[in-house]
Amino acid sequence: MFGATLLLALREIRRHMLRSMLTTLGIIIGIAGVVTMVTLGKGVTASVEDQINSFGTNAFFIFPAQVDNQPPQPLNQDDVAVIREQIAGVTMAAGQVERPITAFHNGQNWSARVEGVGNDYLLARNIEIEDGRQFTDAEEQSGANVCIIGPTIQEEIFVPSISPVGEEMRVNSVSCRVIGLFKSRSVGGGNQDQDNMILMPIRNIQRRFIGNDDINFIIVSYDPAYDSAAMQTSLVDLMRERRLVPEGEDPDFELVDTAQANEAVATTIGLMTAMVAAIAGIALVVGGIGIMNIMLVSVTERTREIGIRLAIGAMAREVRLQFLTEAVVLCCFGGVIGILLALGLSYSLAGLMGVPWVFDPVSNVVAFLFCALLGIAFGYYPARRASKLDPIDALRHE
Amino acid sequence: MTARPIIEVERVTKTYGQGAAAFEALKGIDVEIEEGDFVAVMGPSGSGKSTVMNILGCLDTPTSGVFRFMGIEVQTLTADQRSLLRRKYLGFVFQGFNLLARTTALENVELPLLYRGEKKALRREAALQALDMVGLVPWADHTPAELSGGQQQRVAIARALVSKPAVLLADEPTGNLDTERSIEIMHLLWDLNRTGITILMVTHEAEMAEFANTIVNFRDGLVSGVEHGMRRAARIPA
Repeated sequence: MFGATLLLALREIRRHMLRSMLTTLGIIIGIAGVVTMVTLGKGVTASVEDQINSFGTNAFFIFPAQVDNQPPQPLNQDDVAVIREQIAGVTMAAGQVERPITAFHNGQNWSARVEGVGNDYLLARNIEIEDGRQFTDAEEQSGANVCIIGPTIQEEIFVPSISPVGEEMRVNSVSCRVIGLFKSRSVGGGNQDQDNMILMPIRNIQRRFIGNDDINFIIVSYDPAYDSAAMQTSLVDLMRERRLVPEGEDPDFELVDTAQANEAVATTIGLMTAMVAAIAGIALVVGGIGIMNIMLVSVTERTREIGIRLAIGAMAREVRLQFLTEAVVLCCFGGVIGILLALGLSYSLAGLMGVPWVFDPVSNVVAFLFCALLGIAFGYYPARRASKLDPIDALRHE
Repeated sequence: MTARPIIEVERVTKTYGQGAAAFEALKGIDVEIEEGDFVAVMGPSGSGKSTVMNILGCLDTPTSGVFRFMGIEVQTLTADQRSLLRRKYLGFVFQGFNLLARTTALENVELPLLYRGEKKALRREAALQALDMVGLVPWADHTPAELSGGQQQRVAIARALVSKPAVLLADEPTGNLDTERSIEIMHLLWDLNRTGITILMVTHEAEMAEFANTIVNFRDGLVSGVEHGMRRAARIPA
C-alpha cells in the first residue's frame, strides 16, 4: 500500500512539475546553504589543523612579549640550551630568526624570507628534505654560507626539473651554496607561502643579517608520553626564573601550545559553522512553510479529486498518507537537489578559498533526513485537512 | 439467485441542517433492488433522488431507517468501513465524468486497483481489459483534455468497471452529452447489465430511463411509484 501511495505522490508531482519545483525552492536553498557551509567548515578546519600541525605536533612556541609598553626582552641561544637540558621530556628545543630578503640566481631575483635555524628546528617543524641534505654540525657551529631552499625559490629562480643542489646563489649580498631542497609544506593557499623560504644556519643569519644573538622564538617539542599541562608549567617556571619575572607579575614572554591552538581554532570554526547553519536552518523552516502553503492550496484545488478518490474507495488515512507522502517527497526532492547543488557549490568555493574539499557523508545524510522530517512536520496539517473532507461535498466542489 | 435483494431500504429518512433550517430530503422510503436489475431513479430536482443515490452509494448515511447492502447494515458502519465497501463492491459514474486531469486514461482506470493494492502487471492488464470493454484501448495514453465528452464518460465507466463491482451507480451519466453520445453510453450500460452487474442510474431524461428494467419515481422525498419490466428501448436493436 505504501508503494501505491508513493506512486500516486510521484504522479501528482509530475502533473505539476513547475509548481513543484518552485515550491521546493526554499528547501533547495536552505539545504544547499547548510550543506555548503558545513562542508566548507570541515575544509577550513582541516586546512587550519594542517597549518597548525605544520608548526609541529606536541610542540610549544615561546615568544618574547611586550609588558607595560617596554620593548620585549629578546630570547637568546642560552635559553634554548637551558630548556633542552633542564626540563624532563623535552626532545628538542630550537631557536629561529628570520628576515625578508631578495634572492638572486642566474641573473634573476625574487623576494622571499630567510630563516636562521638548525637541524633540530627542521625536525621539530616536520620539514623534510626532498633533495640534497641537512646542515652538518660543522656548518651549524660555524654559521657556514650554505642554504636549504624551498620549492617556490627553486621554481622562481632556478632551472626547473634540474636539481639546485650544489648551485651558488646570493641572499641579499651574501653568497651561499645550495645544499638541499625541502619538501613542499604549503597547506591550502593563503597568506603565507611556507615554500617561499630559504633556510640557513642560525649563526650565519645572526651574524651577517641581524648583527646580534637574539632569537625570534623558540620551538620546544616534547615526548607525547609527558603531560602537556605539566610541561607547560615547568617551561613557564623556568622562563620566569631566567627572565627574572617577580612572582605575581605578568611574564614578558608568551607560550603557545599547538594542541591548544588546534582546539581553539576547531571551536571557533565549529561555532561559525553552527551559526551559518542556523541561519540556513531558518531558510529551511521558511521553505517548509512554503511547502505547507502550497499543500494547502493543493488540497483546496484538488478537493474534487479527493472526492473522486474517496468515492472510489480510498480511506481517510490513505488520502492523508497520500498528501503527507507528496509533501515528504517534495521536501526530499528539494533536499537531493539542494545537496547536489551544495556539493558543486562547496567544491568550487573550496577551490576559490584554497581549502581542501572534505566530503562528509554523515552531514549529507542528516540533511536529507531533516528534509523528510520537514515534509512530515509541514505536510501533516494539509494532509489531515484533505482526509477530513466529506466525499459528497468534495465531489460537488467546483 | 433469488435469495435476498442486493439492496434493501427500509423507512429511510435524511434530514439536512437542524432546527428551523432543517430540510427533510427523504421522508421515509422503502425500496428493494434485486441483483442484476437495471434501475432508473427519476424525479424532478429536489425530489430526493440524489440524496438516495448518495446513501445507496454508501457515500452518506441515513438519518434514520435501515439500509442493507448485500445484507450489511450500512448505517452502522464507520466512514472507513464504507470506503472499503465502495472499493470492493461499487463503481461510480458521474455526470461530470470526474476523471483526474493530466492523468492518462489508463492511469485513471487503474486508480481503484491502486487502492486495492493490486500488483502493477495485474493493474495494467485489468485496466486495459476495462478500456477494451468501452472500446478505448487506442486512447489509453491520452489525458482527459485530449478526449471528447463521450470518450471521457467511457473512461469513467471503465474506471467503475475495472474492480468488477457488484453494483454500478451512475448519476446522470448522460447529462453532459448530446443525444447520439447519450444513446451510445446507454447501450454500453445496457450491455454491462447483461453481464450481471446491477446498475442504478439517476436520470431526468425519460428517453434514457427506457433502457432500464425498473423505474423508481421520486417526488418530494418519497417514492411515488415503481414500474417494472420496462426495457422498451432495449427491444429496439442499437
